[in-house]
Amino acid sequence: MTPTLQVFLIVSAALFSTGLLGALSRRHAIFILIGIEMMLAAANLNFIAFWRFSPQSQPPTGVMIAIFSIAIAAAEAAVGLALVIAVYRHYRTTNVDHLDQLKG
Amino acid sequence: MSRWIIDHLWLIPAVPFAASLVILSLPNGRHKSAALLAVAGQIAALVMSFFAFLATLQVSGFRAVQNFTWFTFGDHALRLGWLLDPLAAVMLIMITLVGLCIFVFSIGYMAGDKNFVRFFAYLSFFSGAMLGLVISNSLLLLFICWELVGLASYLLIGFWIERPSAAAAAKKAFITTRIGDLGFFLGLLWLYGRSGNLLFYDGGNGCLESAGLAMLGASAVSVALLIFCGAVGKSGQFPLHVWLPDAMEGPTPVSALIHAATMVAAGVFLVARVYPIFSLGAIDGVTSSLTVVVWIGVITALMAALIAIAQADIKRILAYSTVSQLGLMMVSLGVGGVAAGMMHLLAHGFFKALLFLGAGSVIHGCHGEQDIRKMGGLRRLMPVTFSTYAIGMMALSGVPLFFSGGWTKEEILHVTADWPASRLPYYFLLAGVVLTALYMTRQIIYVFFGDRRAASQHAHESPRVMTMPLIVLASCAILFSVVLTPAWPWLHHYLTDEPAHFEFARLIQPTLFLSLVLVGAGVALGIGMYRKAGAQDRQRPADTDPLEFAQPQLFRFLENKMWIDELYARTVIAFSCLSARLSDWMDRHFWDRLVRGFGAVGRLFGTFATTVDERGINAGVDETTVGTRGLGRLMSAAHSGQIQTYLGVIAIGVLALLLFYAWLA
Repeated sequence: MTPTLQVFLIVSAALFSTGLLGALSRRHAIFILIGIEMMLAAANLNFIAFWRFSPQSQPPTGVMIAIFSIAIAAAEAAVGLALVIAVYRHYRTTNVDHLDQLKG
Repeated sequence: MSRWIIDHLWLIPAVPFAASLVILSLPNGRHKSAALLAVAGQIAALVMSFFAFLATLQVSGFRAVQNFTWFTFGDHALRLGWLLDPLAAVMLIMITLVGLCIFVFSIGYMAGDKNFVRFFAYLSFFSGAMLGLVISNSLLLLFICWELVGLASYLLIGFWIERPSAAAAAKKAFITTRIGDLGFFLGLLWLYGRSGNLLFYDGGNGCLESAGLAMLGASAVSVALLIFCGAVGKSGQFPLHVWLPDAMEGPTPVSALIHAATMVAAGVFLVARVYPIFSLGAIDGVTSSLTVVVWIGVITALMAALIAIAQADIKRILAYSTVSQLGLMMVSLGVGGVAAGMMHLLAHGFFKALLFLGAGSVIHGCHGEQDIRKMGGLRRLMPVTFSTYAIGMMALSGVPLFFSGGWTKEEILHVTADWPASRLPYYFLLAGVVLTALYMTRQIIYVFFGDRRAASQHAHESPRVMTMPLIVLASCAILFSVVLTPAWPWLHHYLTDEPAHFEFARLIQPTLFLSLVLVGAGVALGIGMYRKAGAQDRQRPADTDPLEFAQPQLFRFLENKMWIDELYARTVIAFSCLSARLSDWMDRHFWDRLVRGFGAVGRLFGTFATTVDERGINAGVDETTVGTRGLGRLMSAAHSGQIQTYLGVIAIGVLALLLFYAWLA
């Protein structure tokens, strides 16, 4: 069976939904971060899939964008983790239910 | 030196001014330094005046002007200036010399006064103002100095401010002269409006030069009469003469300096200075403005001489004689004898200062008594005062040949006799000469002859610091006649800018005998009437004036100054009080109500505005606020601070957008 674009999109949607569910349901900041990373991975998967099934699929282009995206995601994860650590140091907790300082 | 002083003419008034300021800053006890400063300032002014006088001798018709710009408004500059000409030069000499004598006299007279320092500050201030007046080359600058002189006079008349009568006299002097000054100021404005230049001499464009006079045209009469109002006020002419006798409330040196020798001379000087305006368009030497001057002078001269006969205060007699003499000068100016009037002014300055200082010496010797009926027999007790006083009396009465006053009075009679309009002023002046001799004889007899009475029992001669000025002034009163005689009328020609020749034959003139007869008649009448004035005489009690005994009603009329003060009190002052009361009533009952009415209207508007504000605008704003707050509360509820809630909302939003997109597709 030859995989088609639909299959990739379904997998990617599932991955995104899983990530979203994780980000919304978990109370621990690290898990929320993991959920966000999963959503990003779903987006990357979409990039690759759309490139692979586009009319002109030359080797480097789509991959390059995905690689850039992954690098940016890594940087973002690093910032996120640093934030989590700073928040933990400050509040002595990473439970996001207790972190409600953003309310107006 | 002469050249230098012409360029620095302003220094002459500035030095006494500066002295005055320095004295004013001295502590109250520094009597010696105050007197020293004042006298030094006066001596400096005298020396500079002398050099200025020398400068005017160099050329015939000398006139030096120094104009400068005071300030500019728009393209119009207001210019002032200093002027040195024979008229100013002789006035400078007279003021500084008489002033110096009086300053020195004051050291003795005011010794022991607690405000000694202040007195000398005022004297210097007065001297500076008067010197500034005579050398101004601008009617405005003259007016400024004129007012400063008035201020000095006010301060000095009211010097013994603790006496209510002195304070009242100071106010009276200030307000009365102010009435005249108002006219002067209006004349000044009118002159400025017509000619646009208040400088007297300005290289051909001054208001006294032909171009300025041409622009004045027919309004010259009105301008001249308005300016004359100022002279009437300052020189104590009828009907504004009432302040001058009251001004005798001031210390005697003040009376001598201000109300005899110099300040009252300012009015005469003013008329002489702006004489071209008075004589503009003269037909045969007569203009309507000059005619007014003549008649005012005649009335003043005669009236004051009559009043002087019935006065008992030694200084008041002299005050009325001053008024009378000033009237004489005015007549002289009015009939065209400017030089004669100015000569009499100068001579009068010397002998009237002498008389006043002599009176001061008498008052000092009699321990403050001023009533001549209480004096008597002072001839032996105060020999220096008596002899100098007698010289002054003879100069004032116009005894011919040896006394300056005699020559100048004769000159005035001479020009008055030639007045083409009428002979009447001449006859009135002749009567005035007799009256002058009469009242002066009466005064001398009362004060110096007869038996000693209450006040003269313990009289004593004054100290040298007071008698020295008397001797100097008496010498001046005699020696001054050298330049006055018709044989060598140097001063006359100096003032009128003609060369003088010596001609002995002119010395003896018919008028000389006429005045000799008149003065002799006056003196003889005086001696006849008052020979036994202070003593018991037939049915007459000793304290009754012979004239009072003979003519009680006439005497009372004259003693009360012809009821002029009372007349003013009943008319002008009563009218003024009435209008003040009327204004007060109007203010309280009419204007006040009007203002209150306007206030009520304002308050009505205020109430209306408050209602609109409270019920309308405020309520609307309140509603808006409540709504905004409710919305805010609603919004803030959504801001839980839970990032997962936010994230969920975003996810739902994105899903909704996707569904919307799918539905569109």
